[in-house]
Amino acid sequence: MREIEADLIRQTIKNLFLQANFVLSPDVIKAFEKAKDAEESPVGRDIFKRLLENAALAKEHRIPICQDTGLAIIFVELGREVHVKGGELAASLEEGVRQAYDEGYLRKSVCHPLTRKNTADNTPAIVHVEVVPGDRLKLVAMPKGGGSENMSRLFMLTPSAGWAGVKEKVVQTVEEAGPNPCPPIIVGVVLGGSFELAAREVKKVLLRPIGQPNPDPEAAALEAELLEAVNNTGIGPQGLGGRITALAVNLKIMPCHIASLPLAVNIQCHASRHAEAVL
Amino acid sequence: MTVTHRLQAPLRRADLEPLQAGDLVLFSGTVYTARDAAHKRLVEAIDQGDPLPMDLNGQIIYYVGPTPARPERVIGAAGPTTSYRMDAYTEALLKLGLKVMIGKGRRSEEVKKAMIEYGAVYLAAVGGAGALLSLAIKSVEVIAYPDLGPEAVRKLTVEDFPATVINDLAGRDLYEEGKKRYKKGNKQ
Repeated sequence: MREIEADLIRQTIKNLFLQANFVLSPDVIKAFEKAKDAEESPVGRDIFKRLLENAALAKEHRIPICQDTGLAIIFVELGREVHVKGGELAASLEEGVRQAYDEGYLRKSVCHPLTRKNTADNTPAIVHVEVVPGDRLKLVAMPKGGGSENMSRLFMLTPSAGWAGVKEKVVQTVEEAGPNPCPPIIVGVVLGGSFELAAREVKKVLLRPIGQPNPDPEAAALEAELLEAVNNTGIGPQGLGGRITALAVNLKIMPCHIASLPLAVNIQCHASRHAEAVL
Repeated sequence: MTVTHRLQAPLRRADLEPLQAGDLVLFSGTVYTARDAAHKRLVEAIDQGDPLPMDLNGQIIYYVGPTPARPERVIGAAGPTTSYRMDAYTEALLKLGLKVMIGKGRRSEEVKKAMIEYGAVYLAAVGGAGALLSLAIKSVEVIAYPDLGPEAVRKLTVEDFPATVINDLAGRDLYEEGKKRYKKGNKQ
């Protein structure tokens, strides 16, 4: 067994949420750089320039990239030979989130669903743990905004819907979202699995860097087809009209029940924030 | 070329008549913040006949829940939140003379109709540019509902705060027009 101090986990998750909220990852910056020349709409090109300016300013002055500093979503890959020492994994993650949002001047955006009373420390975090071989601990912090989350959808299609039905629902989801989720967006799509697995995996698929297609060529071709269809809507940057509505469509295909065709569509805003560390 | 206007509250209908969908407006002076929970309270106060924390006549509301300010700054990140969640409360505020709303995303047909009826306009600031937009905010004062934290009502003083006209007094909608311009057919 390899021992990892609970306090190191707390410190690491805290740093990851701070980093994710202040520093936009290089793949997103690169996608903006490319889009500011490729976008046909002059208003759209100007928006990409402003988003690059915003990212530079956020990094330099440690002002959050976006005021919606998100629900704290955490993916954990826990090596089966890891023993957490001096505390509990869940409690350490929670405390790290609490400290990041307090000390980093991040917005506390978590409340009771009916009374709307704010929990005042941005907890509880949403934690997904997977036990994997080895003696490492991988932590991924993903602050997820509410505006794009509200535009996400889960469909339980019938097998007869097929690819045409899937494509129609993906485009419909993007059309209905329109300007609301801060386009240009990243569209996560999971086909298959079950009701809850599709919803969980689609969040993970958003972590794949922009411009890195699915390693399976058939799935990559389907991603490209969906991206073209989504960009043909004309919604464009900020919904003001343009050719770049989405920077990427990330697709994952999993086996499902013979009666079902689950489809999860998770919309990510252009401020695609995530950071990871391996202990 | 984008047409640029400069506006400052209090505003009258006549001040808004030159604005057209797609124009840029630079706001200076007072702007109030309110989002979901504050709208609920404002409308509850109206329904109960209680006074509001501010006179809305001729005023501007910005849909924003900023991040807390670092000690050396007046405000944290302060970009717009999605506006449709305020649709259910909007007409009640327009009746009191609210003239400008700033947010992001589409408004309902009911809100669009009410804006024309009461002579108000809707603009969008760049969503997800919270750090950049915060630079135009020069002072901040919480004036109501401090228990709501990020959702409290704040009185902002802004200088050249940029927003694009989405819905003008003529009933045009920039989201519909922009999308139509760049739409392409999809293969079936």
